[in-house]
Amino acid sequence: MGELPILSVTTFLPVIGALVILGFRIVAGANFAGGASKGVALVVSLATLAASLIALSRFDFGASGFQLVESAPWFAGSSYKMGVDGMAISLIVLTTALTPLCILQSMKSIENRLADYMICFLILEALMIGVFCALDMMLFYVFFEGGLIPMFIIIGVWGGKNRLYAAFKFFLYTFLGSVLLLVALIYMYMVSGTTDIVALQNYPFTKDVQTWLWLAFFASFAVKLPMWPVHTWLPDAHVEAPTAGSVVLAAVLLKMGGYGFLRFSLPMFPDASLLFQPLMFALSVIAIVYASLVAFRQTDIKKLVAYSSVAHMGFVTLGIFSFNEAGIQGAIFQMISHGIISGALFFCVGVIYDRMHTRDIAFYGGLVHRMPVYAALFMLFSMANVGLPGTSGFVGEILTMVGGFQASTWVAAGAALGVILSAVYMLTLYRRAVFGEMTNEKLFDIKDVTPVEFFILGLLAVGTLVLGVYPSLAFDLTKQSTADILRLIGK
Amino acid sequence: MAFQDLAAIFIVLSPGIAAAIAGLGQRVLGDKGSMAITTGILVLAAALASVVFYNQVFGHHEGPAHGHTLTLMRWFDVGTFVADWAIRIDTLSVVMMFVVTAVAALVHIYSIGYMADDPHRARFFAYLSLFTFAMLMLVTADNFIQLFFGWEGVGLASYLLIGFWYKKPSANDAAIKAFVVNRVGDFGFALGVMALVFVMQVPAEFLGADGKPTVAYLEMLHVEKYSSIGFDTVFNAIVANAPVQPIGATSAVPIQQVTFDFLGQHVWGLEVIGVLLFIGAMGKSAQVFLHTCLPDAMEGPTPVSALIHAATMVTAGVFLVCRCSYLYEHTVVAANVVTVIGAVTCFFAATVGLAQNDIKRVVAYSTCSQLGYMFFAAGVGAYQAAMFHLFTHAFFKALLFLSAGAVIHGMHHEQDMRNMGGLRKKMPLTWAMMLIGTLALTGVGIPGIEQLHYGFAGFYSKDAIIESAYASHDTFAQFAFWLSIVAAFLTSFYSWRLMFMTFEGKTRADHHTYDHAHDPPVSMALPLVLLAVGAVAAGGVFYSAFVDHHQAEFWGSAIFNGPENHVLHDRHEVPFWVLVAPAMAWISGLVFAIIFYLLAPSVPRKMAAHGGPMHSFLSHKWYFDEIYHFVFVRGAALLGDLFWKVGDKKLIDGIGPDGVTGVAKASAGGLSKLHTGYLFHYALVILLSAVVFAAFVLLGQGR
Repeated sequence: MGELPILSVTTFLPVIGALVILGFRIVAGANFAGGASKGVALVVSLATLAASLIALSRFDFGASGFQLVESAPWFAGSSYKMGVDGMAISLIVLTTALTPLCILQSMKSIENRLADYMICFLILEALMIGVFCALDMMLFYVFFEGGLIPMFIIIGVWGGKNRLYAAFKFFLYTFLGSVLLLVALIYMYMVSGTTDIVALQNYPFTKDVQTWLWLAFFASFAVKLPMWPVHTWLPDAHVEAPTAGSVVLAAVLLKMGGYGFLRFSLPMFPDASLLFQPLMFALSVIAIVYASLVAFRQTDIKKLVAYSSVAHMGFVTLGIFSFNEAGIQGAIFQMISHGIISGALFFCVGVIYDRMHTRDIAFYGGLVHRMPVYAALFMLFSMANVGLPGTSGFVGEILTMVGGFQASTWVAAGAALGVILSAVYMLTLYRRAVFGEMTNEKLFDIKDVTPVEFFILGLLAVGTLVLGVYPSLAFDLTKQSTADILRLIGK
Repeated sequence: MAFQDLAAIFIVLSPGIAAAIAGLGQRVLGDKGSMAITTGILVLAAALASVVFYNQVFGHHEGPAHGHTLTLMRWFDVGTFVADWAIRIDTLSVVMMFVVTAVAALVHIYSIGYMADDPHRARFFAYLSLFTFAMLMLVTADNFIQLFFGWEGVGLASYLLIGFWYKKPSANDAAIKAFVVNRVGDFGFALGVMALVFVMQVPAEFLGADGKPTVAYLEMLHVEKYSSIGFDTVFNAIVANAPVQPIGATSAVPIQQVTFDFLGQHVWGLEVIGVLLFIGAMGKSAQVFLHTCLPDAMEGPTPVSALIHAATMVTAGVFLVCRCSYLYEHTVVAANVVTVIGAVTCFFAATVGLAQNDIKRVVAYSTCSQLGYMFFAAGVGAYQAAMFHLFTHAFFKALLFLSAGAVIHGMHHEQDMRNMGGLRKKMPLTWAMMLIGTLALTGVGIPGIEQLHYGFAGFYSKDAIIESAYASHDTFAQFAFWLSIVAAFLTSFYSWRLMFMTFEGKTRADHHTYDHAHDPPVSMALPLVLLAVGAVAAGGVFYSAFVDHHQAEFWGSAIFNGPENHVLHDRHEVPFWVLVAPAMAWISGLVFAIIFYLLAPSVPRKMAAHGGPMHSFLSHKWYFDEIYHFVFVRGAALLGDLFWKVGDKKLIDGIGPDGVTGVAKASAGGLSKLHTGYLFHYALVILLSAVVFAAFVLLGQGR
């Protein structure tokens, strides 16, 4: 051996960072810790990124199954087992790449209790990475549910005016899902005698059992994703969350739902997944069309982007439940791509929110006259969001639709309708906020992006373009995981 | 690497690089630098494209011209969904490369003068080059997905350019409308691509142990790598009637006999693919039902209209249908749909053109109408004639638009022809250019006598189309033939109306404007003159290569004609009256225009003033905009509000998180709230059960 357990290092590095900041806070007081936390959090998040890239470099793209596996006994028959496949590691890199950008953004825009905020954020990062690494159900559950707590705190403490309502709603929905998930986990352990994910993926649950277990998992993942009709927590959570919170929420936390379906529901309950395919298709198409139409009518810029997220996650579930290569590859790609694009859009909103402290679209208008660079970047991300070919948004959408078409032409047609609607709401937003005459006097002194903002948005712009032009970067990683999933469900 | 290949790479990629340099570096380069770089590169690209084009026309081929493909980079590789970034070089793409770069270069030069006072010139030129790049990617694609990249890319550039003056609300509206209407077409295109992937699956017996197609299968299709969205794979499979195994089929079926269930209908595979792709073409090429964005697109600067909405982007749909000649030669329904929509559009747009007063909108409707000609030509199987008209039309319609731009420029942004008149003396050059454009558009020439077969560009191409329609004998083709004769009459009438209202008679402009009206500066005049040369000569010079004796060698494998398709040959055998009918049409159009707009100009003015149902029907453009606004725009808003305020807020939240607290409150306070709570509970339960039920019934039983 001699090699570091790289997945554990990646997962727990942020916790160490959080402990250091906590140490400063106890020893030197909140003020000093606030200043120091900036540097510590940034360095730690960059180190985490480096660790995840080392993990990626050790990852064998062509091999099937889980790699970089670490295992140690834990309690009550469960074990501390970590390992990744291509899908997991691509989501981990997405997480570790976005976190430093979030921390960079937060340094300027979080005004109170910065040290506490950074602690929360780093712990959130650790838990998100852990979700994608865990190969044991109990471990997964701890990371999966644990992630709610820092997010809950970030919204509840650093959020907007209605933060308590939003946090409460967020809690209520996810709590319901969690309880059912836990019950299902305990039942699975009692039946199979193991909590090992790989073992459970090959465990033959009977059809009836599969149905009930599938529904319990569905309750949890559908809320997370979120799917219609359990999506209404998301717009409120986004509206109230601080910018970086929204970014992580949209870019990573939502992906846990899609990840859950692919890691658990499909391989463990293939019969039930097939049984519920029509339902999932219907909910996906409803999400796409319904959320797009609702987005069109929003007056709050963050709500608009949030509803757009709901619509785009509809493509993910559509692809997943088409049970074919194009659909699943497309769904994984769409998760990564949406992570970049929605993250970028929330950063874009953050830029003007930091300056004007309002999310009312009507307040803005004519921003292009004072913020040409911002306008160009925002245009790029808007186009990525409507799935223009050449951006990563297109790749995921077309593949999930191609996959969906093979299973149901109705579903593909419905999803394609969403592609028209996304242009409607996104271009309308752009027109109202960025184009037109600048009539609001309060905007006359608004400044274009700062170097830091330019750096953040520029990197994400490069990301969406590179993945859009050369998506094989991701496909090479996810090809084998897709094949594994298809093999497990017998397709 | 051959000269031709290197040139093609430069031609396609350099405008993209120019756009990036001008767009990102405009602060460093300044307006002048950005303009110089973009224009310089475009001129160079156009020069190279001319050489490549010249070689293709006059080069010495051994037999018919064959195409080949340069692969740049892998894009998609997921199952059979394989697509490269590539440059396909064959006659179709060479013709388009020439048209696109030539017009783009001239429009760049023209814009130097036209946009001289605009503070955002650098951005404008960056957009123009971006557009050119996307258009070139479209025409040189070797698969449907790269074509779609260009397809949406030109849509983006068009959106940016129409909305270039982003302070104007009307420009913003028009830009969004253009993008969204295009997307409606793209909806069809995307579904067509999906249907293609669905159909183009390798039969089980031709799958190797590694899950890849066997060598025997690849040899049958004459391809090295199987791609369900690659032109070579798809077209060769169709011609060879190769066996494929659509998803869900239990055995292989010859591709021409494929049927499958599409939206509850059992349909022929190739037919449905053909119709869906054509819906995409309708959106891009402003065919009736999806034409409403084209006139509004005139909100953009005039050079944009010339480049995008006359010469290049709007012809992309025609290009698509011609590119897919292999497909449409094997469909009946889809080809007839193309014919009928094209014929109706050529007639419909010409009628609307009669009643427009905005000089650019007249030309815009004329474009719409001419695109209709191109489509029904392709529909009846005369793809070569469609491409020929596309080619000549690019010159004379760009000329008309840029001349209209010269008028607008010389008249201080006046676009209403009712405020013009008598401008011939003030701007003789513009008048002459517009006259040449009109002669070419109306198709002036000497028909029926082989030794004296001379005329302006439109004469050759338009008459070739009209003769082909007649020669095709099919009922739909006859329908197209008659509509096209009427449209030729209307075209002549509205074109001369434009000429007379603008240049003849006593001026209706105010003193100041009229006195200062002037011909354009050199930078604008030069492109006009060059385009005029094309409008005069492009027909006669290339007639033989495009549609006459040498067409088979010229087009080679780029265009496919089925063994029963002799329409290009049969058109030489049409009766004499068919040959002279178009000439009769334009002459009578001219006579009517002389009567109404030169001799008795008070008559049409009275007619317009009196209104009457016919006039308002035409000036309201058959009420398409009004109906669409009511149904789609208001409908989407209404549904959006319904889903948001009732669906999300009342139903879902009302029962969910708010309901939980609400029920608690209500049970403590009073029963009324509880009742409404129940009401929404019921509603939600009913809604959800309906969804679940519909899902299982509709989607459960297969596709």
